[in-house]
Amino acid sequence: MNRSENVIDVHGLQKRFDGKTVVDGLSLQVAEGEIHGFLGPNGSGKTTSIRMLCGLLTPDGGAGRCLGHDVLRESAAIKREVGYMTQRFSLWDDLSIEENLHFVGRMFGVVGRRQRVDRALEGLGLGGRRRQLAGTLSGGWKQRLALASCLLHEPRLLLLDEPTAGVDPKARRDFWEEIHRLSAAGITVLVSTHYMDEAERCHRLSYLAYGRLLATGRGAEIVAAQGLSTWAVSGDGVERLSEALRQLPAVEQVASFGTQLHVSGRDATRLQAELAHFAAAHGLRMDAARPSLEDVFMHLMQGARDPLER
Amino acid sequence: MTRFSLSRWLGILIKEFIQLRRDRLTFGMIVGIPILQLVLFGFAINSDPKHLPTAVVMAEPGPAARAFVAAMQNSGYFDVLGRVSEDQAARALARGEVQFVVSFPPDFQRDLVRGRPVAIAVEADATDPQATGGAVAVLNHLGAELFAPDLPGRRLAAIAPVELRVLRRYNPEGITAYNIVPGLLGVILTLTMVLMTGLAMTRERERGTFENLMATPATPFEVITGKLVPYVLIGLVQVTLVLIAARWIFHVPMLGSIALLYGVVLIFIVANLVLGITFSSIARNQLQAMQMTFFFFLPSMLLSGFMFPFRGMPEWAQAVGSLLPLTHFLVLVRGILLKASGTALLWPSIWPILLFTGVVLAVGLRTFRRTLD
Repeated sequence: MNRSENVIDVHGLQKRFDGKTVVDGLSLQVAEGEIHGFLGPNGSGKTTSIRMLCGLLTPDGGAGRCLGHDVLRESAAIKREVGYMTQRFSLWDDLSIEENLHFVGRMFGVVGRRQRVDRALEGLGLGGRRRQLAGTLSGGWKQRLALASCLLHEPRLLLLDEPTAGVDPKARRDFWEEIHRLSAAGITVLVSTHYMDEAERCHRLSYLAYGRLLATGRGAEIVAAQGLSTWAVSGDGVERLSEALRQLPAVEQVASFGTQLHVSGRDATRLQAELAHFAAAHGLRMDAARPSLEDVFMHLMQGARDPLER
Repeated sequence: MTRFSLSRWLGILIKEFIQLRRDRLTFGMIVGIPILQLVLFGFAINSDPKHLPTAVVMAEPGPAARAFVAAMQNSGYFDVLGRVSEDQAARALARGEVQFVVSFPPDFQRDLVRGRPVAIAVEADATDPQATGGAVAVLNHLGAELFAPDLPGRRLAAIAPVELRVLRRYNPEGITAYNIVPGLLGVILTLTMVLMTGLAMTRERERGTFENLMATPATPFEVITGKLVPYVLIGLVQVTLVLIAARWIFHVPMLGSIALLYGVVLIFIVANLVLGITFSSIARNQLQAMQMTFFFFLPSMLLSGFMFPFRGMPEWAQAVGSLLPLTHFLVLVRGILLKASGTALLWPSIWPILLFTGVVLAVGLRTFRRTLD
């Protein structure tokens, strides 16, 4: 594979379960060394997409390559070169830390397994606790162990499915430092998350809803592309006025941020005029705000229709 | 203390019913088990078995011999399959294809007419004493009635006494332990092997580790067989324990080759393990795997000839029983231990187990592949 080629390059991937389309026409290009964020509400098809990319599921439609291997036919080759971290901790609770790493190493036929496991334990700082059962670790440690086990066979692509769910902020920060270190070393990372601060740490983002890819690109590009203007409205009793604000014709979205409301809409001039009128009437302050990723994603999701609800 | 609330209580009741209705397997068991038990105990199981397959060895079929065979058939206890040679009869008895061999001496008719003492030899396969007991009693009664010297109006009678020599082969004293203990070998293996492997895979699925396993390059064949081997060893340990107890506590005779016994044990263990793995790739959790195991275990116990004589069951029940590996395993174990049967003689009971294993393995591999898709 030459360097200019994308590590992930798929078109129109489709997956149905019992006649229900879970992923509908996913096209995704991820370059080598990129950290690509995968965002979207629960049930939007993130996990299914990741499973198709790592060879666990065979797509029902579409085509493409992952690490240069055909996603439809060469799942075995993909599995060997990908590190996949499942959403739920999926190492063996009743094996020790060391035994888990050795097992995974054996499964991938890692050469020089002993040294690699020792190095991984050292890197984790778990050398002294290597005989402790994995099930007795705390959430943050489990996550670090899971990542270490994914890296044991030196994959070129990491697929991380909500790796930081239920992990404390300090551990999350350390985790992302590690991801950036790996990226700098040339490893490509596709990571799904619900956290906006994590989304901002990614090089590029994709936003999924109802199985469809709604936006892809750099964070700033996605924000700009939606052409949303946002105002921060604050003042006494502003929380109780959110329903009334929603009724204004130019307002497309109202979201609470602490004591402020973020009011957004695409028609900037009308929005400003209506808001100015409303703020004056209720004695509120309004400040121009930069629409955040979250504002944009909320907006995207509202625009997308759930095909099941009609 | 909170007072009892009817609506709360009803709420719980309704929830339980809804969950029960959704849990198809449990629901099936609730209905299925009583029906199965009823059918098995009501129709299939018969502790006074009749229609036992019987081979007849007779050189020249005279009227007296024919009358005796007809009387046997009419008693309802014997199904006379026809005349065979001595060799054929011996083989059929060893294989368990017939329960009885009735042999008339070459000059039976002549000797009888001339008033010489004659004897009919009846060989019974007594490995399962329960199966032959009733029939042997009837046989004695038949002989006495048909050839009674003092009954008036009988041409055959009044000439000579006819002796009925009943030979209980393989278990002359009719010791039930000789039958039960080898049988237990199969029952214990069926339960533990199917259950343990059934749980092994569903445990992975329940804990979410299955996905991790599938994300590695390991193939379904590697995963399945890799999981089986430890249980093969456990099974062999169990067999050894039962055999030690059989030898030194129950004094069960061990006439055949122990190596051959371990060979068929291995085949049987693999059959059960493959079934367990298949159950676990169908079941969604450990409880379901357990339920499926018991659903299989019940007919295995009752229809295999372990608890009740196989020959005593109606045809359809025997047909169902013939699908179960335990049925054939019982023939094999009893054959090796009590009859000293060899491989050639046992082959008719070996291939059905192999076939079972092959079919179940094919189903298991297919469902295993589909598990995530």
